[in-house]
Amino acid sequence: MQINWQLVIDIAKAVIVFFGILTCIPILVYAERKICAYIQDRRGPNRVGPLGLLQPVADAIKSFFKEDYTPSHVDKVLFTLAPAMAFIAPALVFAVIPFGHLMEIKGYKILPQVFDMNIGILFVLMIASLGGYGLILGGWSSNNKYSLLGGLRASAQMLSYEIAMGLAVISIIMTAGSTRMADIVGVQTQGLWGTCIPAWNIITQPIAFIVFLCTAFAETNRLPFDLAEGDSELIGGYHTEYSSMKFAMFFMGEYLAVLTMSALIVTLFLGGWYFPGITEVGNTSLLNGILSIFVFGTKVGMLVFFFIWTRWTLPRFRYDQLMKLGWKILLPLALFNIILTAILGLR
Amino acid sequence: MSSNLLFLIIYTLLAIATAGGMLFASYLLGPRRNRELKDTPYECGMPILGTARERFSVKFYLTALAFLLFDIETVFLIPWAVVYKSLGVTGLVEAVIFILILAFGLYYIWERGALEWD
Repeated sequence: MQINWQLVIDIAKAVIVFFGILTCIPILVYAERKICAYIQDRRGPNRVGPLGLLQPVADAIKSFFKEDYTPSHVDKVLFTLAPAMAFIAPALVFAVIPFGHLMEIKGYKILPQVFDMNIGILFVLMIASLGGYGLILGGWSSNNKYSLLGGLRASAQMLSYEIAMGLAVISIIMTAGSTRMADIVGVQTQGLWGTCIPAWNIITQPIAFIVFLCTAFAETNRLPFDLAEGDSELIGGYHTEYSSMKFAMFFMGEYLAVLTMSALIVTLFLGGWYFPGITEVGNTSLLNGILSIFVFGTKVGMLVFFFIWTRWTLPRFRYDQLMKLGWKILLPLALFNIILTAILGLR
Repeated sequence: MSSNLLFLIIYTLLAIATAGGMLFASYLLGPRRNRELKDTPYECGMPILGTARERFSVKFYLTALAFLLFDIETVFLIPWAVVYKSLGVTGLVEAVIFILILAFGLYYIWERGALEWD
């Protein structure tokens, strides 16, 4: 029997990518705790392993061996389903993100992307909003007042921000003329006005970038928009009643969401894997492919740092301020940006 | 790359299996100690007041309604956004009229106070 090695490579790639992003979670946890500590003038984790590097491993082991308690007042099916959804949805988003340039080794093609979907960006919007269900179901099924409020806040927050996010994405689709992620990156690899400055969407679409960045923070439920969690007012909000690994899975989902949102922002606005002078378009050598993945990883790392930095710098918004920002500022701004893009694009 | 969807399915199954595996592992590994008080909803140690299955502010309902309308209009804009360069000025004028109707709708609910929270 002839083995189809191309198929084997592509399947192995899907598996590697999944476990790759899974490995990123402990790194993000460690980074968050260490950066937070230095911002607050502390040392952070430094007991478990060298420089406290094994702290996330210890955390994981501890959550596995804690009592997994399902109180009798909860809706059991939804209570179990909610953390799983909060974890699966952000992981799925990464499947359509191109994180490197095509490589060709001995005739086999390695495209650093799990699934080159022609409606990639719509898939992302669809799956990303699925993640909100985890929080809403978790909040509702817990049968606890704080959790219910947290879940409601999560849903209302999602409702207020998803439109602005969708509209910001529309202006990106307009510049690329396609909903395929690879085409969106492709447009950004060209030079701007005949110079070597790349036409990254952050330069050509600054309004969309700001709108998308704000909505990305709301979508990942991170400070300054972490009202669904609100530790000081809702005691954890949607995960008040959770314990053990179910509790940890909400956090794994949150860090995955931070990772995929950063990857998404890099793809949509920061030129994806492209950096002038380091990666070349159309060069399918192994070196170029590895460099492109490295460039992508560096950009994502910087954005993740930005997410963490913001979290430990800004205070939480008040609820009405958040709704006001979403409906009265970001939404009109995004609408204005679409008309502006259309007029400038047709000139 | 004809069997593209296969990779997405494998990836999805992996994600589901990992999530299920983690839930199952913690179910297996954790100790089990039942106490009566564990079964009451957490309210900071105070006696529980009423139930969580309450009715909540109609504001959430209004927001959801407004979201539904605007989200559908957003979806309508996506096909236009893909081909707007070839549609030219005609397409632009039509889309701008559409967006202005959308903007007027926003102005309307804004004026009627559907976006106020006090």
